[in-house]
Amino acid sequence: MSHAIADSMTMIGRSIRLGRRNAETLIMSIVLPLMMMALFVYVFGGAIDTGTAYINYVVPGIILLCTGFGAASTAMAVADDMNSGMIDRLRSMPIRSFAVLTGHVTASIARNTMSTTIVVGAAFAMGFRPSASLVEWLAAAGLLLLYVLALSWLAAGLGAMAKSVEAASSMSFFMLFLPYLSSAFVPTDTMPSFLQGISEHQPITPVIETVRGLLTGTPIGDKGGIALAWSVGLLVASFAIATALYRRRITD
Amino acid sequence: MIVEASGLRKAYGSTAVLDGIDLEVAEGSVFALLGPNGAGKTTTIRILSTLTKPDAGNLRVAGFDVVREAAKVRGVISLTGQYAAVDGEQTGRENLVMVGRLMHLGRAKARDRAGELLERFDLVDAADRRVKTYSGGMRRRLDLAMSLVAAPEVIFLDEPTTGLDPASRNTMWDAIRDLVRTGTTIFLTTQYLEEADRLADRIMVLDKGKVVAHGTADALKAKVGGDRLDLRFTSAAALGVAATRLGGFTDRERLVLSVPSDGTATHLHSVLDDLRTANAVPAQVSSHRPTLDDVFLALTSREGVPA
Ligand SMILES: Nc1ncnc2c1ncn2[C@@H]1O[C@H](COP(=O)(O)OP(=O)(O)OP(=O)(O)O)[C@@H](O)[C@H]1O
Ligand SMILES: [Mg+2]
Repeated sequence: MSHAIADSMTMIGRSIRLGRRNAETLIMSIVLPLMMMALFVYVFGGAIDTGTAYINYVVPGIILLCTGFGAASTAMAVADDMNSGMIDRLRSMPIRSFAVLTGHVTASIARNTMSTTIVVGAAFAMGFRPSASLVEWLAAAGLLLLYVLALSWLAAGLGAMAKSVEAASSMSFFMLFLPYLSSAFVPTDTMPSFLQGISEHQPITPVIETVRGLLTGTPIGDKGGIALAWSVGLLVASFAIATALYRRRITD
Repeated sequence: MIVEASGLRKAYGSTAVLDGIDLEVAEGSVFALLGPNGAGKTTTIRILSTLTKPDAGNLRVAGFDVVREAAKVRGVISLTGQYAAVDGEQTGRENLVMVGRLMHLGRAKARDRAGELLERFDLVDAADRRVKTYSGGMRRRLDLAMSLVAAPEVIFLDEPTTGLDPASRNTMWDAIRDLVRTGTTIFLTTQYLEEADRLADRIMVLDKGKVVAHGTADALKAKVGGDRLDLRFTSAAALGVAATRLGGFTDRERLVLSVPSDGTATHLHSVLDDLRTANAVPAQVSSHRPTLDDVFLALTSREGVPA
């Protein structure tokens, strides 16, 4: 057991190092979030009526958009290991090779925490004025953490299944796309009714509504419970899927 | 026997990739699995190193059953696969320390061991550079070094020198010989006949999943015949005279007569004496041992283009 923890720590250190040194990953987790933020606030924001300063509306959406980028990086990093000799080396050693996934997922959480901090910091500079108390901040952070953890395991599962890094990247496409079909950037009541249907029945909308409510005081209603249920459900399912896909991948 | 396999079979779909392999490797020896592309070398190594499940066969490494006691087998082996398993974005030292940590050496010991191996594999100058800047030979050396962190009893090397230039290949061979000196058992695969000849105590030739020959390099060579003398003449007339007296095979274009030999000086003397008497003295004489190439072609000859 203590060995399992030590092995995971080693693999976490490795994944963080690899992520920090991979230019693409760095761009995806620092530059892209900032660009998206500027794009939405300065270019599209003026044309969208949300009943409040657009920056106050859009911050949770940008954060969730970034979790998509982060997940794509994670899927690609896992796929890289599964399709290079590295997984064979790890599997031929007397360790639980599953630690390679744990390493990437934890690094993914660390990267997302960094991106989110950068986004929130930049948002403040652009005029973001949340009304949240400390407890509300913590609740928002907790929900985001849970959601990111779930998404990271899902990404790890996709990476374990992918036969190449490119395949992993295209499989993660829907994670990048989903935020656009939610209330992230425009209120859903402006959407055609079939899009409203999609928007209401995917996890991102309740998570965003809840985070937005916690930070800026918009009504949350039953969205908090739904967001929590989605995140926990997704986490359990993603972890099970990742474990199963990894097992299947390493047996031939 | 530190590695034993009997009746090893593996099929992917309906194609038998390994079709009943039996092999034994003595402790401290070098065993080479030789074969063309697709022969089943990598599959054999993957099965013996617990990565792939065999369909049938009794397999033991260091006394442990490869299938049922996989975890124990992993404790005594290490694998250097066909494609280098190194992190390009980590430095050579970081790669080695990572393996040391995974082998639970502890922080200080892992660093010490990394330092030792960097020195031994001539990577000290590049130790703190990212591996993506390494040459192919350096990567391959680091890859092998990573397999040695825990001082394994049996090392599986899948084509350790494929793609290396002659100098890097020599360095790799020296590293392998050093390992043998410390008592490590080496199980390697190669497509290079010379490599098997130079390194291995025992060679097994594999083709399309079947063993076509096994034994020492010398025993394999004996299978395709003994030594040969090549006698080169300066005139077609002399070549003709020599051919009538000695028989053998005539190459009229190069004016060379090849005759079978037992490789002794006595035989050489008698041939030259004979030719002097006949007034057909050759300008050049060379003696040839059959190479493993001859063995290989003779044993794995196939219709069409060789793979
Ligand atoms: N996972 C797999 N699924 C299907 N076929 C496979 C698989 N792995 C190997 N094979 C097939 O098994 C045969 C033997 O492959 P193997 O990799 O063991 O050959 P090899 O001797 O190592 O060849 P090379 O010199 O090219 O490395 C090949 O025909 C290959 O296509
Ligand atoms: Mg191979």
